[in-house]
Amino acid sequence: MPVPESHEFFIDPRRCIGCNACVQACTECDTHKGHAMIQLDYVDRGASPQTVPVVCMHCDSPTCAEVCPADAIKRTGDGVVQTARKPRCIGCNNCVLACPFGVPKMSTGMNLMMKCDMCYDRTSIGKKPMCASVCPSQALFFGTREEMARLRPASRVLNVFRFGNQTITTRVNMLVPGQAFVESLDVLSALHEPAAGNDAAENVLLDGMEAPHAG
Amino acid sequence: MSRPTATEPEFAEVFGPHLSRATGDRLDPGVVPDKTVKTHCCFCGQQCGIELLVKDNRVIGFEPWLEFPFNHGKLCPKGVKRYLQGAHPDRLLHAQVRDEHARGGFRPVAYDEAVSRVAAEIERIQSAHGPQAFGVLSGASLTTEKAYLMGKFARVCLKTPYIDYNGRLCMVSAAAANKKAFGIDRAANPWSDIPKAEIVWISGANVAECAPITTDYVWQARENGGRVIVVDPRLTPLARTCDLFLPIKPGRDAALFSGVLNLMIEHDWLDHAFIDAHTTGFTDLARAAAEWTPARTAAVTGIAERSIRQAAEWWGTARTSFLLHARGIEHHTHGVQNCLGAINIVLASGRIGREGCGYATITGQGNGQGGREHGQKCDQLPGGRDIANPEHRAHVAGVWGVAPDDLPGPGVDCYEMLRKVDRGEIRGLLSLCFNPAVSLPDSAFVKRMLEKLEFYAVIDFFLSETARYADVVLPGSLHEEDEGIVTTAEGRVIKINKAVDPPGEAREDWRIVQDLARALGRERGFTFVGPAAILAELREASRGGVADYAGIGYERLEREHGVFWPCPSADHPGTPRLFEPGSTNPVARGAGPFYFPDGKARFLPASYTSPAEEVDADYPLLLTTGRVVSHFLSGAQTRRIGPLVDHCPEPFIEVHAQLASRLGLADGDLATAATRRGAITLRVSVVKTIRPDTIFIPYHWPDGKSANALTIAAQDPISKIPEYKVCAARLTKAGEAR
Repeated sequence: MPVPESHEFFIDPRRCIGCNACVQACTECDTHKGHAMIQLDYVDRGASPQTVPVVCMHCDSPTCAEVCPADAIKRTGDGVVQTARKPRCIGCNNCVLACPFGVPKMSTGMNLMMKCDMCYDRTSIGKKPMCASVCPSQALFFGTREEMARLRPASRVLNVFRFGNQTITTRVNMLVPGQAFVESLDVLSALHEPAAGNDAAENVLLDGMEAPHAG
Repeated sequence: MSRPTATEPEFAEVFGPHLSRATGDRLDPGVVPDKTVKTHCCFCGQQCGIELLVKDNRVIGFEPWLEFPFNHGKLCPKGVKRYLQGAHPDRLLHAQVRDEHARGGFRPVAYDEAVSRVAAEIERIQSAHGPQAFGVLSGASLTTEKAYLMGKFARVCLKTPYIDYNGRLCMVSAAAANKKAFGIDRAANPWSDIPKAEIVWISGANVAECAPITTDYVWQARENGGRVIVVDPRLTPLARTCDLFLPIKPGRDAALFSGVLNLMIEHDWLDHAFIDAHTTGFTDLARAAAEWTPARTAAVTGIAERSIRQAAEWWGTARTSFLLHARGIEHHTHGVQNCLGAINIVLASGRIGREGCGYATITGQGNGQGGREHGQKCDQLPGGRDIANPEHRAHVAGVWGVAPDDLPGPGVDCYEMLRKVDRGEIRGLLSLCFNPAVSLPDSAFVKRMLEKLEFYAVIDFFLSETARYADVVLPGSLHEEDEGIVTTAEGRVIKINKAVDPPGEAREDWRIVQDLARALGRERGFTFVGPAAILAELREASRGGVADYAGIGYERLEREHGVFWPCPSADHPGTPRLFEPGSTNPVARGAGPFYFPDGKARFLPASYTSPAEEVDADYPLLLTTGRVVSHFLSGAQTRRIGPLVDHCPEPFIEVHAQLASRLGLADGDLATAATRRGAITLRVSVVKTIRPDTIFIPYHWPDGKSANALTIAAQDPISKIPEYKVCAARLTKAGEAR
């Protein structure tokens, strides 16, 4: 049974609380039991508690598959990009180097590329991916666009990303502020911008220090 | 004197903590579970619904329980990995007695022999020194049935006034303030009111790490157009995206609330109709608040004056609002005053007792709420009844089949019990699921008192750091090995279901307590055949009380996914939202909505005094403590779960970059934090998300990593909660002289 087209994956980094529930839950998924296929990164812990969950974006034209010399990475008809086929994967690391989102990981022990397959064992039988099911802040969500529109009226979804000249459309959607009228996220140029909010946080904490302290 | 019988490494070698990780069946996707059991997480006061997968009497995994209305399958990392504590290698399978010649300082004994030994020691101490020479320290993660039984055991079987519980370390300041202002001690609203609020005000609550599921409720409010105000000395993950962050100096919350109230009065952002109809004391309060000008409030709290004005305007002019707080304002020598300050701005706004308008404290412990309502708190009897009130005593004595005069009077809080040990008034203790060597402040004193006991018995499922001081350890039961009810942070009573049997000679805790009563020859009233029978008696004991559970039974709880108390009869729908016009109220009897005979809430001045210990030249910094998301309380459970330990293996000292630079510290350096009670050396985490005059250390670790080696045992005079959240400290690079 394919993953229903109506059900999509949504990521809202503003809601991420860095709790690691997604990483812990991912290790419970049957297809890669014991291994986490999601990663959670601090953007700059010194400056902010902002964290970002990283899952496979399940690209319409997956670069990882396009660069695979062994044709080991398959995208199923329902748009889910799978972990490399074990008999074919030659452990060359091309996919790891090529993925613009930095997702595939090489398991050196198994000589196999492993990555998020949107909990195919679960989503293909009508369940939600483990990470999105448990995510306590709902930074990760699996459901329909209608549900998203109802639950997140102040946000909008976006699934077009630009990396220089490369434009990628993904099955996984990012949530952005509703007032952000952009058609795509330009990832490369964003790399050179300071993380939003960090200066404000520092200012507000130092601001308080300026007041004289009565007991 | 009962010094530990082994060194820390010797204890650890035998009793752990060892790390449990998924292996075998737990990693095999082909294994089909025998059954799935719908129950709840064993950790915090949110008690998220979860389905445990069971095979061959072992919990092998979990599935999200999507239908449970509070969390809809959502879990934090502790909930995800909780299943790994079942069949844990450190699990106590037999009773243990101290033996300095045995490996690990204890040797296993037959269960009956251990029970007889405990009973004989209780008998010996009480015969020689009176019944009050033996005390009981109970737990707030127990089911309500167990908590009820422990209260009855202390008062009826042991005839001692000295029972208290580790909920004393949790939300008793909020409870005391709620009773003073509202006449009832419970969150006023279900969490479903949070997303409907225009303003969500959060004071002293690191919601993202201590109550992660609640972030979804708060951020849904924001998504619906609401604003979020966060008050905290640290910019927490939830504060990162709030609309207004007030970086308060620890211990100054009553001043902030009074300052906000003063601005509400000045600008007439008040609900006069509500104040006139449903409250008393506003005129006096307004007079007291007048001295809290914005300038003075800013000076005391360390918050910029314009931020205080902005907060007051947003709070004052909203149509709907929800105020949440937690230990950050409660763990203080004036925690009750801080909570009264919060209540005052809620009542002045008139926004309580209706949809989208609420107030709550976030319960930290699994059954902090239910655990104190039914009789293990030193001054309360079941039903939230007052042990000093003759009518209340008569009701409970009647249910228990004893004369009211035979019930002891009020006892003292758990820390005071240790001071009584110091004075030789208490000579023996029995504790159940309480780890005071890690969780109480000034742990050097706590350990000395445990050593001073003539006899100490512990009921627990792991050999905690505290159990190392025990003479006898009785092997109790895990959360998934028993059934019963708990009451969540929302006030929702839910059902815990048994998934597996206790292993080896471990027993359900209620069986152990009854075995002790029988061994003492005092088994009358302690012959329950199971938790259902205990609940049946508890329902009668609570009938007519404020915390009325009379209409709450197991089948109904499962069918309805929980029932909010009060629920006085089987056909009563329960009370999700307190103070609604016409809602059940056994005190006001129609006058309502508040739980006083006149039905009116009380405005009480929230008086400000500075913390017990001020900074000075020797100790120039403020130390505050709290949690990290991957550990729970004293870590007795989570420090044994491998993936959670991997996530956060060690405590740390969080330091602002400006302070770090002044002290010559870089991220990852070792530094020594010292107070007048002790010193510990940990790695520093250099960040820009904490006040530069404040350092933070999480408290889940024991011994040389214990934040409570530093904290102060000063307590709130009303709630007796310790001041964990502020004391004076100094920080130096490790190895450097001051």
